[in-house]
Amino acid sequence: MCLEMTKIGAIRSVALPLAVVAVLIGIWTIVWRSGIFHPSAFPAPFDVLRAFGEEARTGRLFTDLITSLFRVTCGFGLAVAAGIPSGLWMGQKPLVRTAFLPIVNFFRNLSPLAWIPFAILWFGVGDASPIFLIFLSAFFPVILATMAAAANVPTIYSRVAKDFGMSDSEKLVRVTLPAIMPQVVTTLRVTAGVCWLVVVAAEMIAGRDGLGFAVMDARNGLRTDILVVEMIVIGMVGVGIDRGLEQLTKIPSIRWGYER
Amino acid sequence: MTVSRLQLRHVSHSFGALEVLRDLSIEVFHGEFVAIVGPSGCGKTTLLNLLSGFNHPTSGSIERKGKSRMVHQQDGLFPWQTVSENIALGLRHGKSKQERLQEVRELVRLIRLEGFENSYPHQLSGGMRQRVELARALAGSSDILLLDEPFSSLDYLTRLRMRQEVARILQERPRTVVLVTHDIEEAAQLADRVIVLGERPAQVRYELSLATPRPRNPTDSEVVEATRQILTELDVESDSGEYTTV
Repeated sequence: MCLEMTKIGAIRSVALPLAVVAVLIGIWTIVWRSGIFHPSAFPAPFDVLRAFGEEARTGRLFTDLITSLFRVTCGFGLAVAAGIPSGLWMGQKPLVRTAFLPIVNFFRNLSPLAWIPFAILWFGVGDASPIFLIFLSAFFPVILATMAAAANVPTIYSRVAKDFGMSDSEKLVRVTLPAIMPQVVTTLRVTAGVCWLVVVAAEMIAGRDGLGFAVMDARNGLRTDILVVEMIVIGMVGVGIDRGLEQLTKIPSIRWGYER
Repeated sequence: MTVSRLQLRHVSHSFGALEVLRDLSIEVFHGEFVAIVGPSGCGKTTLLNLLSGFNHPTSGSIERKGKSRMVHQQDGLFPWQTVSENIALGLRHGKSKQERLQEVRELVRLIRLEGFENSYPHQLSGGMRQRVELARALAGSSDILLLDEPFSSLDYLTRLRMRQEVARILQERPRTVVLVTHDIEEAAQLADRVIVLGERPAQVRYELSLATPRPRNPTDSEVVEATRQILTELDVESDSGEYTTV
């Protein structure tokens, strides 16, 4: 009985979303047939399917995807590598926090897209500009989240660390870092999503390859079918990135943060 | 042995203008179990923080011979570590891996949590968590246990069982113990000596020794009599034996 229930639940969790997608494609087809939009501005579902095959055959889609993923990985990786230590420093030293918090908040609230002109002037078009912009998108949120988490580690853990004779470095590795991990992982998920949004915008303006550039290129060539292919891939990869990072929340020494 | 393990001499402590402890002198001897009771907010936890060395007194001196470990009210375990890893915290130094594993196994057996070695604290009940904290504090070379209302977050029956557990565990692993509690019956059942503190700023108001050897039951005549005396001293028991309504 119970097993059957879970089986039915599993079927539902696949069938229901698929039904919604099917309905959406149906509406899409109806709108296309109705002629509300000019055919050059509104591709048919089967045109998109054909374009997908075309893009897959030439391999351009794959190359653009790898390019974009590479840039996000670099920018995001650098931001995490720099942001977590900075956030720890600010979280643990009230004076440092007082000094830096306003400026970090300022940059946190400044859209990274506003940096695009400078990025092009300083780094030109290529890998460096998007990486720089992605770094800016992730660096400040990661600092702020790490700082807040580190500043709020319960004092009881410090007492235990002192009782058990931990050195400062031992306390950092055994207490502070594991204590902030659940909050940091949540921030990494949110921030990686933002980075995936930013890379598309950055490449549309400051790129000559990557998924963002492909979007712009399809628009310039009036290939709305390819445009939709790019959009579908961008959305699905974004979901994939989040699902990947979600796995971090299942690590036993991190999961406690989501279960109380 | 009459070697003193903890000695407070004329200790006073204030947080800014708030005077919490005034001229407190307490001595705890080797192997002795001392319970400190008093009204809430009278500075019991402050006293434990001074005893553990986490804070330093405003005036007076504290002498501590040996390593002390605190058992907290709740949530003192590291939630990112398993039962075994938490217990092994006190065994990091100077032992081979083999000996450490052996000691952890021994302590898990002592607190009767076999089968939960790899569970995380959030997967355990409140009483189990407090037993793990006790085991963690016992591990390695600790001499003094400081218990900060360790059962106050538990329900009444679990609390009674935990008293038995602590008494049993201390028979196997004797330690010098300071228990801070507002549960007078608990103090009378567990301790060799009960110290009653007054309202803030706390001073020793009353002291009482129990002669019956541990472990004791809550219904033992000496425990009942000690409870009655302390309640009377705290002015919450009327002479006729009826409780005054507050």
